Amino acid sequence: MKQRRKEKRTFNGNTFLLIITIGLFLAMYIAGMVVFSDKGFGKPQMFLNLLISNAGLIVIGCGLTIVMVTGGIDISVGSVIALVCMVMADLMENKGVSPYAAVLAALLIGLAFGVVQGFLISYLNIQPFIVTLAGMFFGRGLTAVVSKEMISIKNGLFQSWAKCRIYMPFGSYSNKGKFHPAYIYPTVVIALAVLILIIVMMKYSKFGRQLYAIGGNQQSALMMGLNVKRTKFLAYVLDGFLAGLGSFLFCLNSLAGFVEQAKGFEMDAISASVIGGTLLTGGVGTPIGTFFGALIKGTISSLITTQGTLSSWWVRIALSVLLCFFIVLQSVFAAMKRKKHS
Amino acid sequence: MAETKPSVWKKITSNRLFLPVVCLLVVLLINVIRTPAFFQISIRNGVLYGYIVDVVNRASELVILAVGMTLVTAASGGQDISVGAVMAVAAAVCCQILSGGKVTTNAFQNPLLLAIVAALAASALCGAFNGFLVARLKIQPMVATLILFTAGRGIAQLVTQGQITYVRVGTYQVIGGYIASCPIPTPIFIAIGTALLVYLVLNKTALGLSIESVGINGSASRLVGLNSTMIQFLTYVLCGLLAGVAGIVASSRIYSADANNIGLNLEMDAILAVALGGNFLGGGKFSLMGSVIGAFTIQALTTTLYAMNVSGDQLPVYKAIAVVIIVTLQSPVFQEFLKARKVRRRRTAEGGSCG
Repeated sequence: MKQRRKEKRTFNGNTFLLIITIGLFLAMYIAGMVVFSDKGFGKPQMFLNLLISNAGLIVIGCGLTIVMVTGGIDISVGSVIALVCMVMADLMENKGVSPYAAVLAALLIGLAFGVVQGFLISYLNIQPFIVTLAGMFFGRGLTAVVSKEMISIKNGLFQSWAKCRIYMPFGSYSNKGKFHPAYIYPTVVIALAVLILIIVMMKYSKFGRQLYAIGGNQQSALMMGLNVKRTKFLAYVLDGFLAGLGSFLFCLNSLAGFVEQAKGFEMDAISASVIGGTLLTGGVGTPIGTFFGALIKGTISSLITTQGTLSSWWVRIALSVLLCFFIVLQSVFAAMKRKKHS
Repeated sequence: MAETKPSVWKKITSNRLFLPVVCLLVVLLINVIRTPAFFQISIRNGVLYGYIVDVVNRASELVILAVGMTLVTAASGGQDISVGAVMAVAAAVCCQILSGGKVTTNAFQNPLLLAIVAALAASALCGAFNGFLVARLKIQPMVATLILFTAGRGIAQLVTQGQITYVRVGTYQVIGGYIASCPIPTPIFIAIGTALLVYLVLNKTALGLSIESVGINGSASRLVGLNSTMIQFLTYVLCGLLAGVAGIVASSRIYSADANNIGLNLEMDAILAVALGGNFLGGGKFSLMGSVIGAFTIQALTTTLYAMNVSGDQLPVYKAIAVVIIVTLQSPVFQEFLKARKVRRRRTAEGGSCG
């Protein structure tokens, strides 16, 4: 009986973190609606824009949540984006390859990163940080090898994918009383589908539960008879694949490839995950939290761009401060839990 | 005779500095083959001139960073990836004070000493922030320093108000150039001085041993009576401070503060130098000398790659591959694999002789 109550309490601590995250998002969004009501912050389209501009972040954040739950990390995602966008642009514009093949190339690049990094981390037991740091520099360098100039994507079919609007049954009225239906792009549909799939996988599949078991305590997971190395390897492969897919979504948004693209994106993805309640030590974290973390990041950047006078550097600084705050909060919770147990 | 020969050979190969020195020699050898004039040193316009001088000169910042990185690695088993960004912060603070807030200046608006002290204070503060997160809050070093890695250049941009601040004063260029008529570039003195100072402090006091012991087993060291939190914290402050020194040298070379480019990708080089120096990236025992040799190797490699027409933004590809190879060789799993193979081979050899 006592055991059970304890379990419930730890569960509550983690739910509490998620509630803080959702509350923070709502508070920021409502504050934005009140302060910038004249700039259209209250329109439903504004919320959908959050999803549109952060579709890639949601997918890649899910991938990071998977590896962070196992107690690892992946900081190569920003470079993977740059590399994928550059290769896709190069294939379509300079090599005349069809967009379908380019998408396949994108997914393969992500998968290759996942396989190599996963092998080094899980089978050779090298620190995830060192491996993915090397991956980060490798990807960025390789982008420069492909092309140092920016390549814009002008391929007709690809553009039509990027600009295909899916209208919603609701919308807003303009000043003249004309009805503008709200819309989303296909990227949002893909991102939300991935999100739901990952949520189901993490919660109900055997693989998902194994991830949590390994992150909670690798030693006991091994003793329980789980194949720790293979599970970890698969986690990185899946993360790599999602990074490839996310990069494709990112590319649909930016429609260009250049060396400096998505610099510091790994920070955005890690922040989204940590703000959403994923513990850096592993074992705890949900994709739904990451989703709200990504929305918070999106809200910060749209608040700062709507405000207009602050430089774009402030987005990153604000996000760093928020990340710091959540890390400190997590360690406070961890300390409280330790006290209760002893 | 046959008995002593392998033991001497073994003594040399088992020395910690064996691998780093071999790496350096290999890189130098490649260079000599490619350009026979590699080791030639001549005096032009009263200063030393030559490939090798250039390598040693350019390696100065890296040597300074590698010293700090070695200590952080040894004490916490993780790396500080914010050093490049901290360099940019220090350079921005220094130049901004010297120029008095203007974009370009031809005369010091404030004393040079004040600017340097302020820049070092700012970088030490960055180090203290990292140290607090790692030592006090027990966050993995690389996640903690990732915060400044991304935010640091933003902070530097804010300090310089998004512009490149130029300080066109001869005295400022001394740090990255030459002292009066001395033919040897100043950064070499600064790098050697810094490395020597840290070496002496670590070896003449118990600090060096304490850092190793904290790195090997933090909680055991605490039980013995070492303040392991404080020691870890101090290594991060020192690492930040050294990054600040490197930042000032780098900014003096180009007499400006370019927040986007000072120290770019240097964190990777510094980690690589530490790993090449034979230091285990998981913490514990360390060798400063190894890291310094590692730093020179990296710089020689960089210069070689530049000479082979590899552009600056493509360099990371080769360095990333080098890092992966080194950490793979260092990894316990791989070493066990090698050992097992050796044993197996010996066994088959013995079996062969018996039969």
